Amino acid sequence: MHEFGITTRIVAIVTKAAHGRRIETVTLEVGALAGVMGDAITFCFDALTQETALAGVRLEIVEIPGLARCIHCDALFNAATLLAACLCGSRQLSWVSGQELNIKSLTYLEMV
Amino acid sequence: MCVHCGCSGESHTTLLNLATGEAFAMSHAHEHEHVHADGTRHAHHDHAPTGQNVETIDARILAKNDAIAATNRAWFEGREILALNLVSSPGAGKTTLLERTIRDFHKERGICVIEGDQATSRDGERIRAAGATAVQVNTGTGCHLEADMVARGLKLLKPGFGTLLMIENVGNLVCPAMFDLGEHAKIVILSVTEGEDKPLKYPHMFRAAALMILNKIDLLPHVDFDVAAAVANARQVNPNIGLLQLSAKTGAGLETWYAWLRNSASSCNLSV
Repeated sequence: MHEFGITTRIVAIVTKAAHGRRIETVTLEVGALAGVMGDAITFCFDALTQETALAGVRLEIVEIPGLARCIHCDALFNAATLLAACLCGSRQLSWVSGQELNIKSLTYLEMV
Repeated sequence: MCVHCGCSGESHTTLLNLATGEAFAMSHAHEHEHVHADGTRHAHHDHAPTGQNVETIDARILAKNDAIAATNRAWFEGREILALNLVSSPGAGKTTLLERTIRDFHKERGICVIEGDQATSRDGERIRAAGATAVQVNTGTGCHLEADMVARGLKLLKPGFGTLLMIENVGNLVCPAMFDLGEHAKIVILSVTEGEDKPLKYPHMFRAAALMILNKIDLLPHVDFDVAAAVANARQVNPNIGLLQLSAKTGAGLETWYAWLRNSASSCNLSV
């Protein structure tokens, strides 16, 4: 359940960035291969922010698909799991995307 | 995915009925109503984002951990310390391997250990009894070690120049894969009393590890463990993973482990 610790970081980063402004939405980028469950983050976020300034803030989670480049033949392809292989048969891959774990943006209730 | 709250839709949690072959994506169970700090209560779908008032912050969520890990790594490099992060499921034999390694290898190179467990100092005491200095980190509810725990452990341990630092992570094949501690390499230990399909079931860990140690090989005659399949599964997840087979109990294969340690230490510019 590492999502709890990760969500603690999210709350800390967002609280600091907000400087007391009221937030409507926090937008996260979570890679499909990042090893993190969006639902678990949402659950932890709701629990952690109860009766705080972030209570009721909406989490928007944008999933970034896995994209791999084959080291053998240089093909670029969508990789849904870490067990993906290139059509050429190689499993020597460099991961282009899908490992993201970022807070992309904050949407405020008032004008920034 | 629900565009309003980001939940479900493309959830990765799926249920498969093995009798019928039916697969289900789990739907989210939390309420779509919430209370704002000012006390107003409404379904959060009632106020769609306006597209205004947006501040892009592009903050990496694990940036703090990774920054501390980088500090740890620099600290190790400056002291030519080989730091290894041992990960496995509970009971695979991490502590037994460490005890044996300390007894056999300690004369050759000083060994310090950071022990991670949710509770008790049992493992730390076993390590001390084997002859190494050790710090026990109890993570409480935490399921893995993080870089700041290692940084604090280092302040207590004060490992000397050229030490071999063993970090025994919390027994867990999931969460420790995500957290960089500043180590030279993650080493995953798989025992033959587990299934040979572990690498496929926990691909993040086997992907993150530089070396897989197959432990308890003395039990191979008594268990249905297919070594070739285990190796093939690990290579499917991580074609570059190294492999050692040993028994920390009988000592079989330990020389290959010590040779791996010497080789890794020399790549850290350690004179062995």
